[in-house]
Amino acid sequence: MEQLFWAAFTMVAGVFGCVLYFWASNFLLDAAWPPRGPRAGANITRANAIRPWLFLFPALAVLVIYLVYPVFNSMWLSLHDSTGRRFVGAANWGWLVEDAKFRESMRNNLLWLVVVPAAATLFGLAAAALTDRLRWGNLAKSLIFMPMAISFIGAAVIWKFIYDYRAEGQEQIGLLNAIVVASGGAPAAWITVPFWNNFFLMAILVWIQTGFAMVILSAALRGIPEETIEAAILDGAGPWQVFWKIKVPQIWGTIAVVWTTVTILVLKVFDIVLAMTNGQWGSQVLANLMFDWMFRGFDYGRASSVAMVIMLLVTPIMVWNIRNARAEMR
Amino acid sequence: MADVRLTDVAKAYGEIKVLAGINLHIREGELVVFVGPSGCGKSTLLRMIAGLERISAGTLEIDGRVVNDVPPAQRGIAMVFQSYALYPHMSVRDNMAFALKIAGKSRAEIDRAVEDAARKLQLSPYLDRLPKALSGGQRQRVAIGRAIVRDPKVYLFDEPLSNLDAALRVATRIEIAQLKESMPGTTMVYVTHDQVEAMTLASRIVVLAGGGISQVGTPLELYERPENEFVAQFIGSPAMNLLAGRIEETGAETVVRLDSGGVARAAVPTRAADRGMAVNVGVRPEDLAPTGAAEALYEGRVDILEALGEVTVLHFERRGEAPAVLAKLPGIHAGLRRQVVRLGALPAKVQVFAGGRSLHHRDAVAAG
Repeated sequence: MEQLFWAAFTMVAGVFGCVLYFWASNFLLDAAWPPRGPRAGANITRANAIRPWLFLFPALAVLVIYLVYPVFNSMWLSLHDSTGRRFVGAANWGWLVEDAKFRESMRNNLLWLVVVPAAATLFGLAAAALTDRLRWGNLAKSLIFMPMAISFIGAAVIWKFIYDYRAEGQEQIGLLNAIVVASGGAPAAWITVPFWNNFFLMAILVWIQTGFAMVILSAALRGIPEETIEAAILDGAGPWQVFWKIKVPQIWGTIAVVWTTVTILVLKVFDIVLAMTNGQWGSQVLANLMFDWMFRGFDYGRASSVAMVIMLLVTPIMVWNIRNARAEMR
Repeated sequence: MADVRLTDVAKAYGEIKVLAGINLHIREGELVVFVGPSGCGKSTLLRMIAGLERISAGTLEIDGRVVNDVPPAQRGIAMVFQSYALYPHMSVRDNMAFALKIAGKSRAEIDRAVEDAARKLQLSPYLDRLPKALSGGQRQRVAIGRAIVRDPKVYLFDEPLSNLDAALRVATRIEIAQLKESMPGTTMVYVTHDQVEAMTLASRIVVLAGGGISQVGTPLELYERPENEFVAQFIGSPAMNLLAGRIEETGAETVVRLDSGGVARAAVPTRAADRGMAVNVGVRPEDLAPTGAAEALYEGRVDILEALGEVTVLHFERRGEAPAVLAKLPGIHAGLRRQVVRLGALPAKVQVFAGGRSLHHRDAVAAG
C-alpha cells in the first residue's frame, strides 16, 4: 500500500515538477528580458535565443549524468584495479586478451552478430512480402509481431519450456524434446550442448526481432511505387524477379537500417543468456561477462574493460545506422 | 506491327460495372487516343489491353490472337506510364535493358537495342545516370526508350505528358508525333484527358463516357460531326453552345425556332414528320459571328469579355437556367463590353440534336 502511494506520488511530483520547471524558467526569462518597453525587439530576440536551451536543458542534463559521465568513468575504471582505486595501466586489457572466457564471449558474440541480424531480417522480409497480399495477412502480422511485446526475460522463460529436458523415459514437457521423442529420437538437454546451444539461444532473439523487421520492411514495401512493379511485370519479370530485382533494391536502405539496428541489439545481448544458461556450457557473451565480473566478481576494472569493448564494437555500427536512417528520411 | 480488336469487352469490379459493350478495332499503324472525363474508364481500358487488369467479359485480340489470358509480357505490348515508373535503383541503360535481360537476350543484342533507342531519343549522354539525376522530360524519354527497345507490336501510353510542365508537354507531344512518324507501321494506343493532345496526335479518337464508347472518329469528324451532345461539348474549347428550340421547317435545310428568340438554319436534312420536334441546336463559339441580317441566331448583351489578343471570347448574359452562350470572335473587340450583339452562323456549322443524338447520324444508325 505504501509502495503504491509512493509510486503515485513520484509520478504526480514528476509531471508537476516538469510543468513547474518549464513555467518558472520561461517566466524568469520573460522577466529578465520583458517583451515590452523601449527595448522590446532586442529583448525578444535575446529571449528567443535562450528559450530552446531551457527546454533542452533537462534532457541534456540527464544525458550527461547517465550517459556521458559513465562512459568516461568506465574508461577511467578500466585502467584501475578491482576496487577502482589503484591505477594498473593496461593490466585489465592484458588480462582480457589472455582470458579464455573473454575469447569465448568474443567468438559467441561474433556468431550472434552473423546469424541473428541476417536471420531476423530475412525472416522479416519474407513475412512482410508474404503477408502483404493475404486476406488474413494482418492477423499473421500481429502474431509475428507479438513477441516484440514480450520482455527478453519473459521470452527466455517461454523458451526454457520449449528446450526443457526430462530424463529419458519420463514424460517430456519441453516442446522440442516432445517432438524429438515422438519422432523416435532420444531427448537431449539442448541448452547444455556446447557450441550448438548458442544457436538455440539465438533462435529466441530471432523470434523476437523478426516482428520488428517485418513491420518496418512491410511499410517500406508498401512505399514502393506500384507502377514500377507493373512496369516490371510488363517487362516480363516473374514474381521472384520482381521481388529480388525491383522490390528489394528499392528498399535496400531500410533493410540496412533494420539490419544494423538488430546488430546493435545483438552486441548488447544479455538477458537471454543470463536467464537461459548464465554463460555456462560455452555460451558466454560480452554483456553477460561484464555483468558477471561486476556483480559476482566485484571487479570494477575488468567489468569496465569489457564494457569498453562492447562500446567500441557498437559505436561504429551506430554511427553508420544513424547516417543511413537520416539518408532514408530524405 | 499489329491490330487490336476488342469485342464486347466489359469490366466490373464486383457489382460495380465500369465498362460494358466495348467494340473497337484499332488498325495496324494507327495512333488511337482514348479521351473522356475522369472516371470514364479510359485508363482501365488501356490497362486491360496491357494485361494489368482482368477482362471481365468479351475478347481482346492482338494481331489476330485472343490474349485475354495471356500474361502481359507475352502480349507484344509495351506501356509508358504517367509517373514514368522508372526503376529508381537502375541506370538509364539498365532501365532500358531490363526487359531484354529478363528475356535472356545476348549482351551484344541488348547493347545494340539500348544504344539505338538512346540515339533516337537523344539519351546517349545519360545512359549511365540514375533516373533521379534526370529532368522530367528526360525521364519520360527513358520510359519511352524502355518501350522502344522491346520492339512491341503495340505501344500503350497512359497519360504520358500529365506530369510535365506546360512547355515541356508541348515539346514532348511533338517528339511523340515524330516518333510515330518514324515508325509508321507501329500501332499506338494513347490515353489522355487533354483534348489538344488528342486532336493533334490521333489518327482516330475514341471518346469514352458513361462506361461505353460515345463516338469513334478522326479528330475532325468528332469536331465537325459529333454524334451526340456529349461529344459535341467534350471536343472543342470553349464547349459547343446548346440552344433549345422547335423545328419549324424541314427539308434539306432545317429551320429551328429557338426558345431564346432566335432562328437557326442548319444544313441538316429532316423529314416532314419532324416538324414541331423539340431539339437542341449546337453551334460552336468560334462559328458564331456578328450579323447585320434581320434574322439572327442569337441576340444578347455581353456580360464578360475575355480579350486574348488572338481571339475575343464573349460571355452573354444568362437567360433563366440555360448556360451562358459563348462566342469566340477572331481579333480584338474590346468595344463590345456591355453591348447587345446579334449573332449568326453558317448553316453548315450548325448541329441539331434530338434526344441528345445528332440528326446527322440518325439515318446512319437506322441504316446500319
